[in-house]
Amino acid sequence: MIKAILIFNNHGKPRLSKFYQPYSEDTQQQIIRETFHLVSKRDENVCNFLEGGLLIGGSDNKLIYRHYATLYFVFCVDSSESELGILDLIQVFVETLDKCFENVCELDLIFHVDKVHNILAEMVMGGMVLETNMNEIVTQIDAQNKLEKSEAGFAGAPARAVSAVKNMNLPEIPRNINIGDISIKVPNLPSFK
Amino acid sequence: MALKMVKGSIDRMFDKNLQDLVRGIRNHKEDEAKYISQCIDEIKQELKQDNIAVKANAVCKLTYLQMLGYDISWAAFNIIEVMSASKFTFKRIGYLAASQCFHEGTDVIMLTTNQIRKDLSSPSQYDTGVALTGLACFVTPDLARDLANDIMTLMSHTKPYIRKKAVLIMYKVFLKYPESLRPAFPRLKEKLEDPDPGVQSAAVNVICELARRNPKNYLSLAPLFFKLMTSSTNNWVLIKIIKLFGALTPLEPRLGKKLIEPLTNLIHSTSAMSLLYECVNTVIAVLISLSSGMPNHSASIQLCVQKLRILIEDSDQNLKYLGLLAMSKILKTHPKSVQSHKDLILQCLDDKDESIRLRALDLLYGMVSKKNLMEIVKKLMTHVDKAEGTTYRDELLTKIIDICSQSNYQYITNFEWYISILVELTRLEGTRHGHLIAAQMLDVAIRVKAIRKFAVSQMSALLDSAHLVASNTQRNGICEVLYAAAWICGEFSEHLQEPQLTLEAMLRPKVTTLPGHIQAVYVQNVLKLYAAVLQQRERTGTLQAAQAATQLLVDRLPQFVQSADLEVQERASCILQLVKYIQKLQAKDVPVAEEVSALFAGELNPVAPKAQKKVPVPEGLDLDAWINEPPSDSESEDEAPKAIFHEDEQKPTRPRQPEVDEEELARRREARKQEQANNPFYIKSSPSPQKRYQDAPGVEHIPVVQIDLSVPLKVPGMPASDQYVKLEQERRHRQRLEKDRKRKKQRKEKRREGHHRRHSSLHTESDEDIAPAQQVDIVTEEMPENALPSDEDDKDPNDPYRALDIDLDKPLADSEKLPVQKHRNAESPQSPDKEAVPGAEKKSKKLKKKDTKQHREKERRKGKGKGKGKAEDLDFWLSTTPPPAAAPGPSPSPGEPGTDSAVAAPDEEYEEPTREGLEHEEDEEQELEKKSSKHKKKKHKKEKEEEAKDKRKARRRKAPSEEVAEEPVHNGTLDGEPLPPLSSYCLLAEDTYIKMTYDVQSSLQKDSQVTVSVILENLSRSFLKSMELNVLDSLNTKMARPEGASVHDGVPVPFQLPPGVSNEAQFVFTVQSIAMAQKLKGTLSFIAKNDQGSTHEKLDFKLHFSCSSYLITTPCSSDAFAKLLESGDLSMSSIRVGSITTSFQNLLAKICFHHHFSVVERVDSCASMYSRSVQGHHICLLVKQGENSVSVDGKCSDPTLLSNLLDEMKVTLAQC
Repeated sequence: MIKAILIFNNHGKPRLSKFYQPYSEDTQQQIIRETFHLVSKRDENVCNFLEGGLLIGGSDNKLIYRHYATLYFVFCVDSSESELGILDLIQVFVETLDKCFENVCELDLIFHVDKVHNILAEMVMGGMVLETNMNEIVTQIDAQNKLEKSEAGFAGAPARAVSAVKNMNLPEIPRNINIGDISIKVPNLPSFK
Repeated sequence: MALKMVKGSIDRMFDKNLQDLVRGIRNHKEDEAKYISQCIDEIKQELKQDNIAVKANAVCKLTYLQMLGYDISWAAFNIIEVMSASKFTFKRIGYLAASQCFHEGTDVIMLTTNQIRKDLSSPSQYDTGVALTGLACFVTPDLARDLANDIMTLMSHTKPYIRKKAVLIMYKVFLKYPESLRPAFPRLKEKLEDPDPGVQSAAVNVICELARRNPKNYLSLAPLFFKLMTSSTNNWVLIKIIKLFGALTPLEPRLGKKLIEPLTNLIHSTSAMSLLYECVNTVIAVLISLSSGMPNHSASIQLCVQKLRILIEDSDQNLKYLGLLAMSKILKTHPKSVQSHKDLILQCLDDKDESIRLRALDLLYGMVSKKNLMEIVKKLMTHVDKAEGTTYRDELLTKIIDICSQSNYQYITNFEWYISILVELTRLEGTRHGHLIAAQMLDVAIRVKAIRKFAVSQMSALLDSAHLVASNTQRNGICEVLYAAAWICGEFSEHLQEPQLTLEAMLRPKVTTLPGHIQAVYVQNVLKLYAAVLQQRERTGTLQAAQAATQLLVDRLPQFVQSADLEVQERASCILQLVKYIQKLQAKDVPVAEEVSALFAGELNPVAPKAQKKVPVPEGLDLDAWINEPPSDSESEDEAPKAIFHEDEQKPTRPRQPEVDEEELARRREARKQEQANNPFYIKSSPSPQKRYQDAPGVEHIPVVQIDLSVPLKVPGMPASDQYVKLEQERRHRQRLEKDRKRKKQRKEKRREGHHRRHSSLHTESDEDIAPAQQVDIVTEEMPENALPSDEDDKDPNDPYRALDIDLDKPLADSEKLPVQKHRNAESPQSPDKEAVPGAEKKSKKLKKKDTKQHREKERRKGKGKGKGKAEDLDFWLSTTPPPAAAPGPSPSPGEPGTDSAVAAPDEEYEEPTREGLEHEEDEEQELEKKSSKHKKKKHKKEKEEEAKDKRKARRRKAPSEEVAEEPVHNGTLDGEPLPPLSSYCLLAEDTYIKMTYDVQSSLQKDSQVTVSVILENLSRSFLKSMELNVLDSLNTKMARPEGASVHDGVPVPFQLPPGVSNEAQFVFTVQSIAMAQKLKGTLSFIAKNDQGSTHEKLDFKLHFSCSSYLITTPCSSDAFAKLLESGDLSMSSIRVGSITTSFQNLLAKICFHHHFSVVERVDSCASMYSRSVQGHHICLLVKQGENSVSVDGKCSDPTLLSNLLDEMKVTLAQC
């Protein structure tokens, strides 16, 4: 089981938090802080596994994370998950984001956290891995987006125009969180691709 | 209209959307909280508006704020509103918000049940999908119970997208509503072989998760998983299955043997590291589960270790980490094979990654031997010096102590070295393990007698330089070692060379800054030292010096008397008085040394920490009873600080009143000793024989003790452990030389004797050759003789997974089914006692209990046979060796059909034997047992011969003539149990759109009502909705309709059917007389909607209520049965059916199943059966089998009912 999925940036600002066990908002924030504290002090080229997030209970749990440019992707899992499998899953997740946002960057995650949630929902459901095939995920996301557009239809047009105008002067932050090293260290499971 | 919508959306576009909110927050960095509270106010306004788009936008923003840590539970109701929006866009926002903030405590969650149900059966797969995803996060026990049946229906949805989600969410449903596990399991199992890989993976996922918590219930699935493992190419699935096998093998070692080969093949063939790693892990688990006496598996161990070495040597830190992790598992059972990789592991200790260093440390624990302990610890000590973070350093410290002290200091050959290591460790600043070091010092000093002299010298040096360690006075800091030092110096003061110096060191004013419990020990041991000093002085006749020592105490003790710590103060004032009294005696030139030292006479033995707890309370002793009258409240005492070391137990024997004269004290002590000697619970000081540390013959002739001791004692202050390493090496060298010499001598002698033992001369330096430097006897901790073994593995009663510990191989009882949604009439007020559907659980608890009780009883009766059947099945699979590659586990194949047909029309060919199997076992149990072993062997053999799958199938179809006895058992255990209520469903009507099957159920609780369950299956590509069922009521039988509805109105079906989906609806009928079978004409009307548009359709049907359907299977004891027959108010009737070929057992089973009877008694080919109608008629049958014919005699209080029943039975029997 996956207990929680957290995305935060290099300064510990949460970009997405998904807990598959109920916690109060305060505890959630505490967990995010603690996890950030644990993960951020680690060097770049050390292993991606960490034991002992104290707040998400028990010795059975592990933190498995990856660091892409400005963002940390952290999965808290128990011993029923394969460590390397989860690492791969994170990679699939990021690549899917990259596909759906076309060159994903931190800003996409900041402004479209709902979309990120929707993508995640196609991969992990209630803490269990639902789909690992990227093409399948993207297909479902596209179909849902299409459905959404058709629902907005005529009435949605003006709102879209306005939001396009609003988005014109976004701060100039380099796009692309650079998932460059796709040939990740984990030898890939062939069936994922 | 359109214009209005556009206008609305123009208004809306100036509302803040999520992007605006985020941008706003980013622009208000300095007053973020204020800005957000402003936004929340806006959101509250937006939520008050009617426009659903505005609400959805607001909820979307709230979801973002939730991530930032704001509580949004106040908006729960609005979230539900958005969830129920008709547009997918909004629905999705609503469900996302709900999944982020709903939990079991959310009170409005119960309002969502119907909305979710509607969404689940929505025609759009994405509506269903989003509902499932949301539900997975916030499902509660209530939701799980109410929706379980709907979700189970979705497991057979046409779209794999829905199927996989439905399968996955079942795990959450099981967790919250464990009763659903058994009814849903057959279908879940079926999904393991779903054509869609995603669905299959989801099913594997769920079962693995279930099996991880309660593996033993899933052992019977092993063949199926084995088949999957050898056939699947999906690595995710493979990993899950292999992990599952890892959990199963400890329960069934034979499974392990079977797994080794395919796993080894996978290890060799796979290129995916993740898969390789899991394979290795499971192989390790297998090896652990197999008994150690399996020499032929050494190849597997070597393979694992070798693969792990490759992982550890990899440049990828992740692989290195996992390699070490797996290695530590091997270490537990096969330490030898790991030890050869010591170099690699020591190398990992230098890794820059702390996680890897910690893993390597874990491994070191198992790698030490007498030979390399010093070397390894030396290496660790250099790491301690280098380590920067205190956490890692503390970890190192505990590891060093763990390694050295493991299995009773087994690997320590030189305790002087160990003591010096401990002393070196005291130099660590800021450690939190002072306590641990202190405990080790005490333990070693007490239990290794030979080391006391050395320990005391080291401890006195430590006390002398106490200022070094005392600077850090925090509790559990390093100053704790002073506690141990003071106690050791005091207790073993006879070994002190200069007690006077140590005494002075302990009385320094600085000592008062130490924590109270340490001061207390100081004070107590000052007196012991003082006694030693006195003795020394008096022996040498320097009375002056003795008086000086007394004066020192009298001068210095007052500083402790003023201590704020109660314990210190009390002890100090006692001792001060005692010393003053001694001073008076000394002034009169009375020798006192003897008497003072008598205060502390006696040997001290270590006691196991749990010793006290393990002494059983003697019979008749009530520990809670008052010994004296309870004292008045005013006398309550302050609680004394707790002693932190268990060795403290000698303290109570200390005299409390120094005024008592010495003679009196001595007398009392003598009396106490006497008493203790007679007390069986008192631990005496005689050492038990097995406590000898080493009784190797080499020990006596080692002359090393003196040499070793002389050098280190001159080391001023702190000793350096390194010197010991060198000394130890020299010592070993000498030892070896000496041994060689001896051996040569022996050889010479032997030569003289003749060449009897040749190989004894082979020289290898094994662990055993190294004799310890000191002649140590480790006194094992003593335990009372009658100590009880205590097993404290209490399980956590709150563990949510415990509820899922359910036997899945038992057949389903009638009471076990998922709550099905019924139309409102089912809950009409006149029938408060419903059928035993868990949905109406509360009302029908009694009934259910009864049901389960009966079921259990049955189960118990079956128990043995059943278990045997299951075990045999698995045994069979485990005992055959599969063809290496394909390996179709033979047993799962026949299992499926029964479950398949559960939804659709009953598949006669498979269904019937399955059912028979279930019913049969009961009867056959005894028979089987009689034939017992002989029979089984025969069967076993036979099965082995017939390995091929098709052959087995052919055998299954064969008329069960001579094999009858074993066949049903086989079926019953092999087949996934079909849902019994479903399997009796028969076709109601069918057209191109829809197929209806139905079953009539009745229960004792409502005498004039029966429930008709109709399964509606959509066969078309259209979406079916607005379904309504109507029947033409007869005088006798009426359908219960909603209040106020006329007889001509139909009853709406409470769901819609997307293409390919089936669902079950229940309708309630009121029956006047049950004596006659009834037929009701009816119509189902519905709207079929597809791309071309929608059409109104109708389907006519005839509902048949047979008399048997009014009967309820009721068990009856033979006594009660006899009484019934005797009562004489039953009328009788009989039938006879000829040309019957079926065996008698099958026959009875059919009657039981189709006509709801139960067997009361059976003698040879004659059986009595009993059943009861909903209206309370008793029906008794006597069934006799003649040659090719069967006669049934019946007795019943209602003759019409009986004759109709017998007619129905005749039809059934004629089919046999």
